[in-house]
Amino acid sequence: MNVVLITIITLSALGATAAVILYFVAQKFKVYEDPRIDQVEEILPAANCGGCGFPGCRAFAEALVKADDLSGYNCPVGGADVMSKAGKILGKEVTPAAPMVAVVRCNGTCENRPKQNNYDGAKSCSIASALYGGETGCTFGCLGLGDCVEACQFNAMYMDEKTGLPVIIEDNCVACGACVTACPKNIIELRNKGPKSRRIFVSCVNKDKGAPAKKACSVACIGCGKCVKVCPFEAITLENNLAYIDFNKCKLCRKCVTECPTNAIHELNFPPKKEKTAIETAEEN
Amino acid sequence: MLKTFSLGGIHPDENKLSADAPIEVLPVPETVAIPISQHIGAPAEPIVKKGDRVKVGQLIAKPSGFVSSYIHSSVSGTVDKIDELIDVSGYKRKAIIIKTEDDEWEETIDRSPDLITEIPATPEEIIKMIQEAGIVGLGGATFPAHIKLSPPPGKNCDILIINGVECEPYLTSDHRVMLEKGNEIMVGVQILMKALKVNNAIIGIENNKPDAIKHMITLASKYSGIVIEPLKVQYPQGGEKQLIDACIKRQVPSGKLPIEVGAVVQNVGTALAVYEAVQKKKPLIERVVTVTGKSVKKPCNLMVRLGTPVSALIEAAGGIPEDTEKIIGGGPMMGKALSTPDIPITKGSSGILLMPKKIATRKPVQNCIRCSKCVSVCPMGLSPYLLMTLAEKAIWDRAEDEAIMDCIECGSCSYTCPSSRPLLDYIRLGKSKVGQIMRSRTK
Repeated sequence: MNVVLITIITLSALGATAAVILYFVAQKFKVYEDPRIDQVEEILPAANCGGCGFPGCRAFAEALVKADDLSGYNCPVGGADVMSKAGKILGKEVTPAAPMVAVVRCNGTCENRPKQNNYDGAKSCSIASALYGGETGCTFGCLGLGDCVEACQFNAMYMDEKTGLPVIIEDNCVACGACVTACPKNIIELRNKGPKSRRIFVSCVNKDKGAPAKKACSVACIGCGKCVKVCPFEAITLENNLAYIDFNKCKLCRKCVTECPTNAIHELNFPPKKEKTAIETAEEN
Repeated sequence: MLKTFSLGGIHPDENKLSADAPIEVLPVPETVAIPISQHIGAPAEPIVKKGDRVKVGQLIAKPSGFVSSYIHSSVSGTVDKIDELIDVSGYKRKAIIIKTEDDEWEETIDRSPDLITEIPATPEEIIKMIQEAGIVGLGGATFPAHIKLSPPPGKNCDILIINGVECEPYLTSDHRVMLEKGNEIMVGVQILMKALKVNNAIIGIENNKPDAIKHMITLASKYSGIVIEPLKVQYPQGGEKQLIDACIKRQVPSGKLPIEVGAVVQNVGTALAVYEAVQKKKPLIERVVTVTGKSVKKPCNLMVRLGTPVSALIEAAGGIPEDTEKIIGGGPMMGKALSTPDIPITKGSSGILLMPKKIATRKPVQNCIRCSKCVSVCPMGLSPYLLMTLAEKAIWDRAEDEAIMDCIECGSCSYTCPSSRPLLDYIRLGKSKVGQIMRSRTK
């Protein structure tokens, strides 16, 4: 009986002393954490995709709390909605960033870009690109081994087996940029989503001169510069035999699309052309 | 018991089909395309322009960095253009394209076949001549030879090792060079010894070339300090570190160069090029290339001007056999498949191998069965299965700790894997990523 009593008393005493010590130690070494970090983290999508440029949502929340000015910070997954909520919690102004979407700047399908050799190495674009320029005559275009699809966490990409090119499912794409980093050929670009998802871009990254580019792929940008001349807004630049459309300057007039002799300039989500096309064809004739 | 290296190694079928074919001189092609990047390091800078007349052996590009090399014209004629074309790298890179007219050589080059054994040049002069002749390691790594011959301050070289191993299956160019240009190689070795100020040289030759061993032993008796070391046949004995281990039982520490253990390794082909550069003033403009393959009509060894398209060599060997699946530049173990036969021969091309479909295609990849064969064959003592997984999962810091940079890319692991896993493919990817990270750290 005695043994039981002594045990209980000793243990209780030990417990009480430890509790007191722990209390003071906890007071002494207390780390203050802004409660707003938790609040902001709560409203972030918890995708931890890294699209904001920070290692995960928590780090982004910390950065938002610390920042004096929220311009330049954007959660691509949550978009303007989440950012304005975060702004409300922090009492800071938020300028909504334009929504972006990934685009594949290569249209080298099996028909457009005939195969010249066969690759039977490891199924990885980064490995293949370290070995050579690819199965076709174009050393810039898509290798078709799907590193970008592998990198996408949002189920927003798949490989089209017919064309051998990756396809982006716009509704799922959050513009986190994982595919952009994964692509060793730098083919995928984040571009302005545009009004009603309408956008125009050069679907080619070939920097070869016109003749070899065209020989390798029938829809390559040959660097002729016609689009540069026709653009009324100076949105198109030509560098290293390759045209590039600045999406901040582009007003979606679609003049360049019809001008391009190789159909390298793509328009997306526009309604089919009606009268304008008729007038233009009349003019051409 | 014959010597060999201590760790790992494999013994693939030797298939030295062209071993008995004497070196033939391939006619000078109508045009040559001389890439300005034929060596490890910075590409050379062209010093000729369109329309210039050049002679054989004339300097056409000069080095643009410390690790870089001179490049000379291999033909006489007119510079047609400086254009981009696909080379061994698989990408379009700059090359100087020359249309051949006549065969007019630089006057300074001594074209007589007489052997000159006297070496009047001083070590410094020798190194300068080697550099100006554009000599790079002809074993395949194409590291500029003069850099290896000038050890950094504080490092001492006491032995020169000459690589006559030719451990790659199929290739026989070094074998033929030893048989036909043995005397020149001996003088070349003497020159290299003088440049390095060493009194000893070992020529390591694998035992599958008994005629070359016999011939070289007879020749070596006439020169002081040169020993011929017959070695057990084991791949990858031609790797610098493996050869040093095999010949003199010294182990190069991880991440260090052979000079750390007082050795410098050069290829027999390089020794021949050194002889020609120093004694005959002839820059590196041609080399011996083996053209071979199981279905090739006439496997042969050709003396080829640099810049000749691969297709011309294949033509000389009887054309492309019908069952060809892959054209490989180099040997079957470390060589690289070429994307087109128009690629020009460069300083590093040791062979052209035409592989039939049956043996060229890869087998389907299966799961790792933990047999650890890759670990036991790795000549560097690495764990290839682990390095592959780390590269696949992009765990670069761990890959660095596992000494991924020590990999010599010999391919023994991929060769031996019963699940045909692309081990070396992923390790190469890992090496390039880890290398990038390490370089960015020192900046």
